[in-house]
Amino acid sequence: MNRTLVDLWVGFFVALGMAAVVFLALKVANQSSFRAAPSYEVHAYFTNIGGLKMRSPVKSAGVVVGRVTDIQLDTSNYQAKVSMALDNRYEFSVDSSASIITSGLLGEQYVGLDVGAEEDMLKAGDTIEFTSSALLLEKLIGEFGLNKATSTSAEETNHE
Amino acid sequence: MKTILQGVEFIGRQVTDRLILLGAICRFLISILLMSAMCLRRPWLVVREVYFIGVLSLLIIVVSGLFVGLVLGLQMYDTLERFGSGDGVGMVVALALVRELGPVLSALLFSSRAGSAVTAEIGLMKATEQLNALEMMAIQPLARVIAPRFWAGVISLPLLNVIFCALGVFGGYLVAVQLLGVDAGTFWSQMQNAVDFRQDVVNGIIKSVIFAVAVSLIAVYEGYSAVATAEGVSRATTRTVVVSALVVLALDFVLTAFMFRGF
Repeated sequence: MNRTLVDLWVGFFVALGMAAVVFLALKVANQSSFRAAPSYEVHAYFTNIGGLKMRSPVKSAGVVVGRVTDIQLDTSNYQAKVSMALDNRYEFSVDSSASIITSGLLGEQYVGLDVGAEEDMLKAGDTIEFTSSALLLEKLIGEFGLNKATSTSAEETNHE
Repeated sequence: MKTILQGVEFIGRQVTDRLILLGAICRFLISILLMSAMCLRRPWLVVREVYFIGVLSLLIIVVSGLFVGLVLGLQMYDTLERFGSGDGVGMVVALALVRELGPVLSALLFSSRAGSAVTAEIGLMKATEQLNALEMMAIQPLARVIAPRFWAGVISLPLLNVIFCALGVFGGYLVAVQLLGVDAGTFWSQMQNAVDFRQDVVNGIIKSVIFAVAVSLIAVYEGYSAVATAEGVSRATTRTVVVSALVVLALDFVLTAFMFRGF
């Protein structure tokens, strides 16, 4: 076997492998973990976070502005403490409100930020005061069912 | 009473045999690592083996990758469409390939295509006393014959794995976009949303590296410890394929449990 030919083939093989890695990196995967954009961390307390997970997106007006970095149960008030890293490019006023929203009916959950009117901006380590918890479908259905039951029983008593 | 004793003895022997084998393989790995300096001094030895082990396996990897992607695309689209989410086919195909099917299938194909060849080659060298002849010339067969093949396997399999994955995704694209009419933009964007480079792609490559070490080690060990007869070589070759497959599947479970616990 000719040595140069073997070198050529092995070179081709390695180049093909590299090309495949680049393809997987650029076309197949997202590069969120590549691009460690400078960010600052803020916290928010929620009574119920539903299906929110670590690395869930934080969106404002539908644009991804950060990610959830940590979720813990704060035992001082038994609320979920959600930490999120927000992109340095975006600033939000201190009276912004955070709510947990589901994209689509059964889609993934994310934190939605609605900006307030204050002049002061949130800084690293700040806590978002105004929050609204996840909408739990089961609870909603349960309440709906309960309302229905009470209303029909009320109607029945009216009839009598 | 006697049969019970025999039974206990049998189980005991089976267990100790396995442990002895495991110990011997570990010792073998260490001596390969110690003897690897020659591969660095004479890289041509490794390059030559990468040609035989890696480049010649390209065809089967390319074809299998493409067809696995095509089939996954068809099957997943069919199932997902029942839930009205046929658009997500790209995501499912890419995740399945990058996380599991790529590393596992390429390792299985690699062990049957290249691992068996390495075992047969080394076994036959042993049967025809070429290894002894090398030793007579004061050349360590471990450094000259075994280590280059081992390292070539460790280099080749991860490369074959990423090629497998890339072609699988391309196959999925062909079926989903060209054949079934999923929108190309949705196909790629759903995929990019779900697949994380570090979490999924890099973990898949790490898996593949571990499989490469296991499969290459088994192949060279079986060849080196083969009984030096025609029958011995044929048995060693069979054992390479069977043991590699079992080890890869077992390791895959353990690694998946570590890597993709989901948090």
